[in-house]
Amino acid sequence: MEKIKSLADLKKMQETLRAKIDLREKSNNPDSRIQVKVAMATCGIASGAKEVMEVFIDEFTKRNIDAVVTQTGCMGYCYAEPTVEITKPGNEPITFGYVDVKKAIRIIDKYVLNNELVDGIIPVNYETIENK
Amino acid sequence: MAKIKYHMLVCGGTGCQASKSEEILKNFQDLINTKGLENEVQVIKTGCFGFCEKGPIVKMMPDNTFYTQVKPEDCAEILEEHIIKGRRVHRLLYQDPETGEYKSDSKHMGFYKKQIRIALRNCGFINPENIDEYIARDGYQALGKVLTELTPEGTIEILKKSGLRGRGGGGFPTGLKWEITRAVKADQKYVVCNADEGDPGAFMDRSVLEGDPHTVLEAMAINGYCTGADKGVIYIRAEYPLAVERLKIAMKQARESGLLGKDILGTGFNFDIEIRYGAGAFVCGEETALIHSMEGLRGEPTVKPPFPSESGFLGKPTNVNNVETYANIPAIILKGADWYASIGTEKSKGTKVFALAGKINNVGLIEVPMGITLREIIFEIGGGIKNDRKFKAVQTGGPSGGMLTEKDLDTPIDYDNLIAAGSMMGSGGMIVMDEDDCMVAMAKFYLEFTVEESCGKCSPCRIGNKRLFEMLEKVTQGHAVMEDLDKLRNLSHVIKDTSLCGLGQTSPNPVLSSMANFYHEYLEHVGDKKCRAGSCKSLMQYIIIPENCIGCTLCARNCPVDAISGERKQVHLIDQEKCIKCGACMEKCKFNAIFIK
Repeated sequence: MEKIKSLADLKKMQETLRAKIDLREKSNNPDSRIQVKVAMATCGIASGAKEVMEVFIDEFTKRNIDAVVTQTGCMGYCYAEPTVEITKPGNEPITFGYVDVKKAIRIIDKYVLNNELVDGIIPVNYETIENK
Repeated sequence: MAKIKYHMLVCGGTGCQASKSEEILKNFQDLINTKGLENEVQVIKTGCFGFCEKGPIVKMMPDNTFYTQVKPEDCAEILEEHIIKGRRVHRLLYQDPETGEYKSDSKHMGFYKKQIRIALRNCGFINPENIDEYIARDGYQALGKVLTELTPEGTIEILKKSGLRGRGGGGFPTGLKWEITRAVKADQKYVVCNADEGDPGAFMDRSVLEGDPHTVLEAMAINGYCTGADKGVIYIRAEYPLAVERLKIAMKQARESGLLGKDILGTGFNFDIEIRYGAGAFVCGEETALIHSMEGLRGEPTVKPPFPSESGFLGKPTNVNNVETYANIPAIILKGADWYASIGTEKSKGTKVFALAGKINNVGLIEVPMGITLREIIFEIGGGIKNDRKFKAVQTGGPSGGMLTEKDLDTPIDYDNLIAAGSMMGSGGMIVMDEDDCMVAMAKFYLEFTVEESCGKCSPCRIGNKRLFEMLEKVTQGHAVMEDLDKLRNLSHVIKDTSLCGLGQTSPNPVLSSMANFYHEYLEHVGDKKCRAGSCKSLMQYIIIPENCIGCTLCARNCPVDAISGERKQVHLIDQEKCIKCGACMEKCKFNAIFIK
């Protein structure tokens, strides 16, 4: 192990190390961050949800966007897989269908960064127990 | 390359390890390797989560799912369902005992809702055996800040302003203690960490050392800088093998990174730490006894003054602080005195870690702001009394403290209020008692502990406590007379007034406080020869009701000492001389023919 020679070194080291526990830090307080849920049931995975999830993680890290990416089970829109649900703090969740790698990047460019909608949004057509 | 998508935090505290968390860790790692998920899932062994009642705990990140009471054989299901299919394993989630609702996020559980974690900030979050994770969480930044931006006086000023008081029990202002040690001139000074946690039921110091050892090392170095010491000693009981092991790993890593040793962070400040083991004697939690034990002498206290700050370890000025006190310090330096002082009550600032034990639903470790009420701790965080029994009392401060009752439930907890209520903060053990606990027997239990732990140096403690214990035994056996109660009280005061150290000065507290709050129970034991809790066996009699007994012989066959006689289809009889009051007969009887008198 290399010796840390100054406070500046320690701070630099912390910057690099922080990435390792970033996932834990973020999930400690999910409500204040952008949450991305990728549907990863059999149907989702078969249509490429794994690659889509990786794109989201990679892009967020690359662009330094504060977001949590998690996987969920089947959302029921098997015809529109891969589907991704995005919740921005203070907004209603929006579900995007037919998300491939290209579209994932478009969603980040348009919706995540600029609040512009992208085609392929699946309208909410269900009620949950919570809002009954 | 695939990105890590999941962190699985598995509790590696002593409690969860006892319930096979090591095996759980290994199973997860094996399964992940066979499924080729090494690059997607990371398994991390952490310190204690606090919710020991429901251990072993496995926490999934980033979705914050909190699995409780996980068994090694559950690992495959968690991996298959949660990681691969993205579905929570319902049966392992925490179920709210009141609503029956399953809760996946620990933040919504009653146990965690009211907690503020400062001393335990990293426990159950980082891997204690990896210095990188501590550094990522601002580790050693407080030390860096102190060494480069602050003077020793300036640092002490921050501590004084923060209002931090000693968490070992005494509640002495930490900043003031450091200032006194700093003011003494000497060629060599020492900084000591008191990790000789001895109260029955208290385990916060162990959990901090097991879950976040670096925070103690960092704070000790800060202490060294402020008081002018370049050597630190951790006095820890050998009964804490896991804490010792993690401390050793932490010290090795800190040395290798140059955060302990010579010229720390290029500032010219030298500081190193060594470990001394204690044999687990309660009296060695007392500063002077602790220092004697560290020197290789008998762990006996001496009269203060001189205080350790003038003449301590090897006759040099020594600053002794407790583990939990240290754990607060890096956070105070980084976040500021005002932040810390904004939490708590007027005279007791910040948070306190309590260990909940006894007849309470959620046994575990909690950190709450000072000023919280007992009611909140016992009924909201602790989930109330086990088996819906009625709350009777809670013992705070261990064997040196006292019992608090129903009337104290709404008192805001801080150092001064607890003393006013006839108890003390102590190190933070809380043993909850219900209506089935006899208060005389409880006082006897604590006294038995002090008799065992008295070092024997001064006679009030050595002989007086033994006599107190014998008198209490007389009371619980029903042989006591009224005068004994007066004697009990008088002797208690004598021991308090004349003992040499804190152990003897506080040992009669459980007797005095149970007499103050439950005198009627003492009277019943002496006058009516009755124990209302049904726990003093000498005062109980198992009696067979002739009308209900059909002579089935079941009780007689189950009696381990053959105390029951009677022919088939004849009423049976219990020989009270032979009876050991085990209750086996009453448990077996199908006709409710046996009762306790």
